[in-house]
Amino acid sequence: MSRKIVIDPITRLEGHGKIIIFLDDSGNVKNAYFQIPELRGFEIFCRGRLAEDMPIITPRICGVCPTAHHTASTKALDDLYKVEPTSAAKKIRELFYNLFMCEDHLLHIYILAGPDFLVGPDAPKEERNVIGVIKRFKDVAIKLIKLRKDIREMMKILGGKPIHPVLGLAGGVSKPITGEDRDKLIKVGEEALEFTLLTHKIFKGLVEENKDVRDLMFSEAYRHDTYYMGLVDDKNRVNFYDGMIRVVDPKGNEYAKFDVHKYIDYIAEHVEPWTYVRIAYLRKVSWKGFADGINSGIYCVAPLARLNVADGMATPNAQEAYEDMYNIYGEKPVHYTMAFHWTRVIEAIYAAERILELAKDPEITDNNIRNIPSETPSEGIGVVEAPRGTLIHHYKTDENGILKKINLIVATQQNVGRICLSIDKAAKALIKNGVVNEGILNRIEMAFRAYDPCHACATHSLPGSVPLSIEIYDKNRKLIREIKNF
Amino acid sequence: MSDKPKVAFYWCASCGGCEEAVVDLAEKILDVVNAVDIIFWPVALDIKRKDIEAMKDGEILVSFINGAIRLSEQEEMVKLLRKKSKIVIAYGSCSYMGGIPSLANLNDRESIFNYVYKESPTVENPEGTTPNLRYKINDEELELPEFYNNVYALDNIIEVDYYVPGCPPTPEVTWNAIGILLSGKLPPKGSVIGASDKALCDECPLNETKPDKIIISKYKRLTEATPEPDKCLLAQGFICLGPVTRGGCEARCIKANIPCQGCFGPLDNVLDYGARAASYIASILDVPPDSEVVQEAIKSIRDPIGLFYKFSLAKSLFKGKVIRRDEHE
Repeated sequence: MSRKIVIDPITRLEGHGKIIIFLDDSGNVKNAYFQIPELRGFEIFCRGRLAEDMPIITPRICGVCPTAHHTASTKALDDLYKVEPTSAAKKIRELFYNLFMCEDHLLHIYILAGPDFLVGPDAPKEERNVIGVIKRFKDVAIKLIKLRKDIREMMKILGGKPIHPVLGLAGGVSKPITGEDRDKLIKVGEEALEFTLLTHKIFKGLVEENKDVRDLMFSEAYRHDTYYMGLVDDKNRVNFYDGMIRVVDPKGNEYAKFDVHKYIDYIAEHVEPWTYVRIAYLRKVSWKGFADGINSGIYCVAPLARLNVADGMATPNAQEAYEDMYNIYGEKPVHYTMAFHWTRVIEAIYAAERILELAKDPEITDNNIRNIPSETPSEGIGVVEAPRGTLIHHYKTDENGILKKINLIVATQQNVGRICLSIDKAAKALIKNGVVNEGILNRIEMAFRAYDPCHACATHSLPGSVPLSIEIYDKNRKLIREIKNF
Repeated sequence: MSDKPKVAFYWCASCGGCEEAVVDLAEKILDVVNAVDIIFWPVALDIKRKDIEAMKDGEILVSFINGAIRLSEQEEMVKLLRKKSKIVIAYGSCSYMGGIPSLANLNDRESIFNYVYKESPTVENPEGTTPNLRYKINDEELELPEFYNNVYALDNIIEVDYYVPGCPPTPEVTWNAIGILLSGKLPPKGSVIGASDKALCDECPLNETKPDKIIISKYKRLTEATPEPDKCLLAQGFICLGPVTRGGCEARCIKANIPCQGCFGPLDNVLDYGARAASYIASILDVPPDSEVVQEAIKSIRDPIGLFYKFSLAKSLFKGKVIRRDEHE
């Protein structure tokens, strides 16, 4: 009897990500599909818009990471008008960007990963949520709420709004930083550094001392030997705001290092008839279906990928944490998907240190914040590292700066291939001869949490668990069993 | 189950920014949780469609719905919530006016699919595959919700009681709206709640520098100049929509030295926000008629739809599609 299992991360009819597993006659997994039933068409309706409107329009692609789209778009405008931002403007943008990265990562670490790691993967479900985290780590939670508020307040001062900011202009930014704001930024940076170091201490302690957490971090269920991609600076260190795109193969050898202007030579996208999302892969390695290994073009982005492609971190505390992690794993690249959580903590430290470095830079309060474009626009490409991975905006315009063609490579579509691998592996491990192990729920839930995919904005949920349900239908499509975690 | 009023949140074609806006209530969210029972919030907690179906009509006191309507399943869900709710709130610009996603009404489904799945420079799709509503594979069928030809505002689809404006609504506006709803002193149906009744200029810190009569001969673009701080942006020649836009955001963008984009929508009794904005911006152009100067001035407004209908195309009086294919090919 063939059966169909539907796992819907949000609700039965919610449009943000859905898993369908087909079983064969003997009750083993035949195929697993991960659908994204959502499309809005930004690449089309931005045609005809003014180039300068793009940093305002494109953040609306994602209200969870609007600053990433805003910044990629602003950098695409620099390139479009061939205008170099002033040194102060670049620093203001990067400072703003690191405020955003630090806050976004911390929210994820505590609200999503927090329950599994801080409360423990085997703690009762009713405690394994953000309330459980607050109960056990009350002082830490209070500090987190304050820090998030302080960071978002600074983003409001610098960029108008933390959700859909407006500071970026071709060739610079709209507003300088005052001495008073600089002093506040230093305070916030210090607060963030202290907090991220505390977070790392707690996290590392758990990996070293708690067997459950350690087993989770080394779980083979999510190990995939894929390629990795991320931005690096001139010393091959992680940078969120700028740099070259570096790709390493599953053995850790540099496969490519290229300027974003060459992205079409390296990145291609595959279309499947059963999902609205385009699935990115490495063009020259080619699409070999949903498989890992050196011959499959599936690659991975986001924190784990960024650290895997880099030779190290550009700030001292983050570098120390980076060495700790690779020492404990004893491999590079680390292929264990659960390491995403640790790499996110390391990046949060880096973001905090970078906020401080930039806030203390004397040039940060310089009023020379913009070079006005003078060239005729035609084509521009911008790249940043969004919290969830490499983000590319590519625009073509007429001579008046009216958009004619837009291509966007968004972080999550690059991880879709690997997410499908995780789902397939979990499904095959946990569904045998028609017996569906209840543990599959948690397995798949954890895979989602690790990647923090944007389409499941549920990952930024308050209770800290991604609501999942599995429905099992018989061949007549009659519901015969239901498992849920809520 | 407690006797507290039941409240639902739902999202349609949106970016998630409205959900973050609710989280930005920060510690105040605990007051909300104490005052009401949040029974449905896909981003935070889950309940099945059938659980909502099992509820009595009108059992939910308030449903906050954000996002525009683009897919069939969104239409089904909001119709169900309408039936089960006493009050439906269109929360945020997309739900209120179609928002930025409704700029897609300039194109039809076919042109969107063709570009996204076939023509985009990174797509490798020699067989021309596009997503199917029903796709048969090994005798099993996978379904996708229908992608409509148009994007709709919430009140194009169901009756809406109140509107909370903003992209996204600010925490202050959200808090005000919640206060009004819980107070029981409800304004007339169809009101915009939580924001100001006056134009943004009224609360703008640069209002003192706004001349009584603004006269512009040519509009400036942000690619040509940077606004000077501390001086009315419109008087400087940048298209700032403050005079025709509802206040309530505390002029956040203007405080960052960027002109108002109009995300809070129109003042009361304005039928078509974009038409009102275009009319105002045209009226302060001071150029002699029938002259080359007029042509020059008009040229300085290169994308009227994007400028005036950035957040409200679904609610414009242009019914049906405004397809501009030729222009961009």
